[in-house]
Amino acid sequence: MTRKNHNPAETVLGQRLLSLLSGVEQVEFENFKMEIGDLEFFIPVGIGGAQGIALSDQPPRPTALIREGFDPQTVSYPSSIREVTLGATQKDGGSRASTVTIGGSTTPPFFNFEYPPRNQTVIAMDVFDMDVSLPKALKKPVADVLHDPGQWAKMNVEQFGAEVVTVHLMSTDPLIEDRSPQKAAETVEEVLQAVDVPLIIGGCGDPKKDAAVFTEVAERASGERLLLNSVTLDMAEAKTLEGVAAAAQEHGHVLLAFTGLELNSAKELNRRLYEYLPPEEIVMDLTTVALGYGLEYSFTIHERARHAALMGDTELQHPTISASTNAWAAREAWLNMDPVYSPREIRGPIWETINALTLLLAGVDIFMMMHPAAVRTMQEIRSWLMQPDTAVPPRPDWVRTRC
Amino acid sequence: MKNNENKKSIKEISPIDVYKLLPKTNCQECGEANCMAFATKLVNGEYTIPDCPPLLTEEYSGFLKALGELLAPPVRAVSIGTGEHAMIVGGKHVLYRHDFTYHNPTPITIDLTDTMSKDEIHNRISNIEGFRYEYIGRELKLDGIAIRSTSDEPDTFSETVKTAAAATSYPLILCTLDPAVMEAGLAEVPDRRPLIYAATEENWQEMADLALRFDAPLAASAPGDIALLRTLAKTLTACGISDLVLDPGTFPDEGFARTIYNFSMLRKAACTFNDELAGFPLLGTPIAAWAGEELSRDAVQWKETYMAAMLLSRYADLLIMHSMEGWSLLPQLIWRFNLYTDPRKPVSVEPGVRTFGSPDKGSPLLITTNYALTYFTVEADIKSAHLDCYLIVADTSGISVESAVAGRYLTSDSIAETLKTYEAENLVDHHTLIIPGLAARLSGETEEASGWRVLVGPKDSSGLKRYIEEYWPPKDDE
Repeated sequence: MTRKNHNPAETVLGQRLLSLLSGVEQVEFENFKMEIGDLEFFIPVGIGGAQGIALSDQPPRPTALIREGFDPQTVSYPSSIREVTLGATQKDGGSRASTVTIGGSTTPPFFNFEYPPRNQTVIAMDVFDMDVSLPKALKKPVADVLHDPGQWAKMNVEQFGAEVVTVHLMSTDPLIEDRSPQKAAETVEEVLQAVDVPLIIGGCGDPKKDAAVFTEVAERASGERLLLNSVTLDMAEAKTLEGVAAAAQEHGHVLLAFTGLELNSAKELNRRLYEYLPPEEIVMDLTTVALGYGLEYSFTIHERARHAALMGDTELQHPTISASTNAWAAREAWLNMDPVYSPREIRGPIWETINALTLLLAGVDIFMMMHPAAVRTMQEIRSWLMQPDTAVPPRPDWVRTRC
Repeated sequence: MKNNENKKSIKEISPIDVYKLLPKTNCQECGEANCMAFATKLVNGEYTIPDCPPLLTEEYSGFLKALGELLAPPVRAVSIGTGEHAMIVGGKHVLYRHDFTYHNPTPITIDLTDTMSKDEIHNRISNIEGFRYEYIGRELKLDGIAIRSTSDEPDTFSETVKTAAAATSYPLILCTLDPAVMEAGLAEVPDRRPLIYAATEENWQEMADLALRFDAPLAASAPGDIALLRTLAKTLTACGISDLVLDPGTFPDEGFARTIYNFSMLRKAACTFNDELAGFPLLGTPIAAWAGEELSRDAVQWKETYMAAMLLSRYADLLIMHSMEGWSLLPQLIWRFNLYTDPRKPVSVEPGVRTFGSPDKGSPLLITTNYALTYFTVEADIKSAHLDCYLIVADTSGISVESAVAGRYLTSDSIAETLKTYEAENLVDHHTLIIPGLAARLSGETEEASGWRVLVGPKDSSGLKRYIEEYWPPKDDE
């Protein structure tokens, strides 16, 4: 097997998955009649030319392999993606123990293992400031901390390995609780106290209210290099964009520019933001749609944006983010379905996992996620992709594996 | 490097290039007004060459050949199996979906082994053929069966192939690296064009013999070694075998990163650099998860599932899987369908008014978007709830409700406009519109813009039945 110097059980997703799913319906194995202990692995034997088949009516053919090599022919691109740092340590005017830097790509993602991305993909995990309706599979792992954003953030970091925490200030929505900007800023301070990783601050989607909340939060958390999620063209229309951008610039924060699956809008919003702050302070959200509900639009728009950026479109040379928690909007992630489609307790986590992995392949730089099993899988795979094993492992003998 | 430098990519071919190689008689047999219109659609992928019947006649054989070469995809299309279920694998033109459209959706095949009893084989085949999912008015399903020899006994393998072949007309993949075992299997299905898996550095001569003798497509396997894979492609092509499939190796765990890079480098070599030896369909084998670390069953299935999904995105033209769990297969079938749609056209339905049951002037009036999935989901829920109502399908350029609101394809003004266009006031007399819960944000503005009263419906249309029971007819004094 491949090199390993740590306890395999820790890298084994299954243990974790099982424990995360524990207490929910038992997963059924319908077509399986063998115990796990029965899995056998056979060492392949050499297959020589001993059983040569005599055929006379064939055309003349090579009698030995005609050797060829392979040159992956690297393409160099004229431009690269800007690097953006989230969070600030004491030295830089913040209070974080660590920061993350995203972006910096010089090639399309994962096409040549000699050129892995400059910065590792980052995974942030969500926290809500109120009781939101979430599928059971998402609530279960964090059931004890659902009403305490600080503790919830701590659990995300300490137990699930979140590198960044997203605090969604849902309660500020005028249609929900209409909580004040001051109260919202207190929640942010609470989370800043509880964890020492960079934070993303999520608003409620109302262009006026979000502007008021972000402005207050920007001031109260001055110097922390928060990522304010998000600014929109609706804000430009509501004439609130300038205030938020100015507050972010003054207090050293980063803006997330959100647009709905339309590159011209993304460019337009970025152009407006350049009036207020340097391009190195902008991350793009091009919209993440759930698998089965338009993920292919998200996938393709990210591939297009990245390609155009590397080819020289300066207005798209920003790192991108994906709210992969959106995967749970798919019915297949939460609805009870015919048993042939398995219990939803496992359909949901795999839905989020595939949503995120698909956009990882499209080059997204930072993910906002929720289910610990999905996060765990992403953490493993992005690490493997960053440092692909150069030694070729033995041929996996799936042809003769008893499974 | 064997590159065809002169070959034009599909993006560089103009309709004029194609027109020059058509009969130019404007005979309209294809259904188009003239040859130029056909040429435009042919280069766009909306037609294939045989859609021009005169081209297939003796008179135009020269044009036919030249046109075939002009439009040939850099990744060859290979057909596996026979009859209505035959699978076409490969036939890819571009690296990026947005550059053209991906063709020939990756067939997903499921394994069975020669150590299974006849009953087990029959059950597994019926489960494979029976796995279906209704999605946007289509039926998604699996495509083929991979028979593995775990016994390494020619007689055992031939018995299994015989049993399976009698039970299904789905295409088969025969899997063994032992030519004697392979021959025994092939002898049972001489006319079925199964894919032979696989020719390797050790056995390629015998496997090449078998592929030629049985006129069957052949997989060349060189896990983790692209140079060897190209060597095999070169050698087997020289043997006279053109229906090749390449297996770059699918490694589980840490090795999976290298797998993704290898698939990507090969496809880039074919599509960007016209490397003819990389220009064959790629076989992905997520089933390799079962040969990895010894883990609990669901952990292995979890791996196999994400490997399959990532390989669908990264250029696998054919997959072999083991897991038959719904949670493992459902995302593959859906993602494959999505990935192979035309990115230039959202999957949409015609905007307009739909009538359900026998509505009258007091029945509910609902609105949704014209993204196909949104529409079909709402439609299915209205029907299963047996509601009598009207549903306005607004033109949001085929975008779903949530994205349409965010991207401003659905706004208070567009809703007001839509109500006018479809003369909603003639349908119902209560002047009340139920909007999707995901468009709740628009409710106030829409009341102002349209003059209609707006109720916010459930976020998911599965809640419509209960919503209507509870809130319809609306109370007047709200």
